Amino acid sequence: MATSLDTTESVGMPVPAPSIPGRSRRRSRPGTQLVVGAVLIALVALVALVSLVWTPYDPVATVASDRLQFPSAAHWFGTDRFGRDVFSAVMVGSQITLIVGFIAVGIAVIVGVPLGILAGMRPGRLGDVIMRGNDILLAFPGLLLAIVFGAVFGAGTVTAMVALGIGSIPAFARVARSGTLQVMKTDYVFAARAANRSEFRIALRHVLPNISGMIVVQCSVNFGIAVLAEAGLSFLGLGTMPPTPSWGRMLQESQQFLGSHDYLAIAPGIAIAVAVLGFNLLGDGLRDRFDPKMRSSR
Amino acid sequence: MARRLLSSLGQFLATLLVATALIFVMLRVMPGDPAVVALGINATPEALAQWRAEYGTDQSLAVQYLQWMGGLVRGDFGMSYVTSQDLSPLIADRVQVTLILVGLSMVVALLVAVPLGVLAAVRHRHPSGVALAGISQVGVAVPNFLVGVLLVAVFAVHLGWFPSGGWVAPADDPVQFLRRLVLPVIALGSVQAAIITRYVRSAVLEIMREDFLRTARAKGLTKGAALVRHGLRNAGVPVVTIVGVQLAAMLIGSVVIERVFVIPGLGSLLVDSVGNRDLLAVQAIVAVLVLLVIVINLLVDLAYTVLDPRLRKAA
Repeated sequence: MATSLDTTESVGMPVPAPSIPGRSRRRSRPGTQLVVGAVLIALVALVALVSLVWTPYDPVATVASDRLQFPSAAHWFGTDRFGRDVFSAVMVGSQITLIVGFIAVGIAVIVGVPLGILAGMRPGRLGDVIMRGNDILLAFPGLLLAIVFGAVFGAGTVTAMVALGIGSIPAFARVARSGTLQVMKTDYVFAARAANRSEFRIALRHVLPNISGMIVVQCSVNFGIAVLAEAGLSFLGLGTMPPTPSWGRMLQESQQFLGSHDYLAIAPGIAIAVAVLGFNLLGDGLRDRFDPKMRSSR
Repeated sequence: MARRLLSSLGQFLATLLVATALIFVMLRVMPGDPAVVALGINATPEALAQWRAEYGTDQSLAVQYLQWMGGLVRGDFGMSYVTSQDLSPLIADRVQVTLILVGLSMVVALLVAVPLGVLAAVRHRHPSGVALAGISQVGVAVPNFLVGVLLVAVFAVHLGWFPSGGWVAPADDPVQFLRRLVLPVIALGSVQAAIITRYVRSAVLEIMREDFLRTARAKGLTKGAALVRHGLRNAGVPVVTIVGVQLAAMLIGSVVIERVFVIPGLGSLLVDSVGNRDLLAVQAIVAVLVLLVIVINLLVDLAYTVLDPRLRKAA
C-alpha cells in the first residue's frame, strides 16, 4: 500500500496531508452557512437592540379604532384585534426570544460543561455517576420540563428559561465529556501531568480551550432549540405572559382570525423561522470550521 | 449479546425508577395543599381532613410515593383531585390518540425523508441535491405549530378541503378519522421529514466515502446497486438514532400540535391539567410521557445491536 504513496512522492508531486484537505482555504474563507447564519442572527439582535429605544408604536397600547387593520404604510405588518401594531410587537418579541435563548443556554453551559469535563477527566466511578444522572435528565425533554415547571412554579418567562436550560444540560455534558476524553489522551496533557500541574489547572488551561469550539457549536444549536421551545410554550399559554409581546403567543392569537387576517400569523411565524434558521446555520457553519471530520459531509 | 441486553434492561429500569421519583418529588414541591385547591379556601377543617384521608394525602410522602408507584405498575393512575375522575381510562384513551398521531406522522416523515435524503446525498454536487439540502435546512427551522396554523389557513379555511381540527375515533367513522388526521400529520411529519432528510443525507455521504463501497464499485456494481447492497445498512445506525430522538421529540411536540388542531390527545390533557392545577393528572401524564421516552431510548439501544454487529462484540 505504501508504495503508491512513495512513487508519487518520488515523481515530485505534492501530496497534501490526507486528513485535512483544503483546510487553509476554508480557514481563510468562511462558509456560506456561517455568513448567512451570522447575518440572520445579527438582524434579530439589531432589531432587539433598536426596539429597546424605538418602535413605530407602543407595542402594548390598544387603539380601539385601529382594530384588525391590514398591512399598510402606517402599520407595516397590520394591527391585531386590540389595535396594537404587529410590527412593533414583532420587534419587541425579539428581545424575549434572545433573552430566553441566552439564559437557557447559559444555564446549560455553566452546569453541563463542568460536569462533562469532570466526567471526562475522571472516567471511573464519578464519571459513570455523572453520565447516568445525565441519562435520567435526558428522559425529560426541555418542553416537558417547562410544562411541569409551569404547573409547579407558575408559568412565565423565568420558569421557561430555567426549565429549558436544565433540559439542555445533558447535551452540553455529553459534548464536553467526549471532547475531554480526547484531549486527555494528548501528549501535552501527559506533559502537564508529568509536570505535576493540578487537575483544575489542566482543565482550565488545556481541556477547556480545546473543547471550546465544540461547545460554541452546541450553544448555537441549543439556542435555536430554546427559541423554538419558548415559542411553543408561549403558544400553549405557558410561556411569556401578556401583555409582553412574544412570537409564540402572537401566533396562537392569530389562529382565530385565520382566513380573514392571515397576516397576523405570517409576521411572527417568519420571525421565529428566521431566528431558528439563523442559529442552525451558524451552528452548522461553526461545526464546519471546528470539526474537520464533518466538513465535506455538509 | 445477552449481557448487553441485560445491561440495557437494567439501565432502563433504574432510569424509570429515578425518573418517576423525580416526577413525584417535583410535583409535591407545588405550593399549597391539594385539599384546599380541590375544596376551596372556605372548606371546613373536617371536610379537608376527610378529603385528605380519601385521597391519601395525609400519609407521609414516602408512603404516597410507594402507593403511587404500586398503582403505576398495575396501570392504576388514581383519581383526579380536581374532577374526581378515574385517571386510568382517561389517560389510556388519550395516549392512543397521541400515539396514532405521532406514529402516522413518523411513518409519513420516513417515507418522505429516506428517499429524499439518499437522493440529496447521491446528487450532492447536482443542483437538485443542493436544493434538497437547502429546503431541508429551512424546514428544520420552521416550528410544527406554524406549519399547522398555515395549513389550517390554506386547506381548511380558504380551500375547505379538510376540517380545521377535531377528532373522530377510527371505529366510529374511518373516513372522517382520516380526513381530520391529514393536516395534523402533515404539520407534525413535514418538519420531522426535514430533520431526518438531513441526517440521512449526512449518513449516506459518509458511507459513500467508505472503502467497502469503493471495493463494491471496483467489483463492477453500479453506484446505486453498491449503495443499496452495502451502504444503506451501514447508514442505518445514525438514522435509527435520530429517528429515536425525533420520536421522543414528536411525543412532546405533539402537545402543541394537538392544541392547534383541537385533538384530544395526551398533550391537550396535560395542558388542561396544568391549567386546572390538577396535580395527580399532571403527575400521571408526565410519567406516561417519560416512560414512552425511556422505552424509545431502550428500543434505539437494542436496534444498534441488530444493525451493527461490531457493537454486539464490543459489549
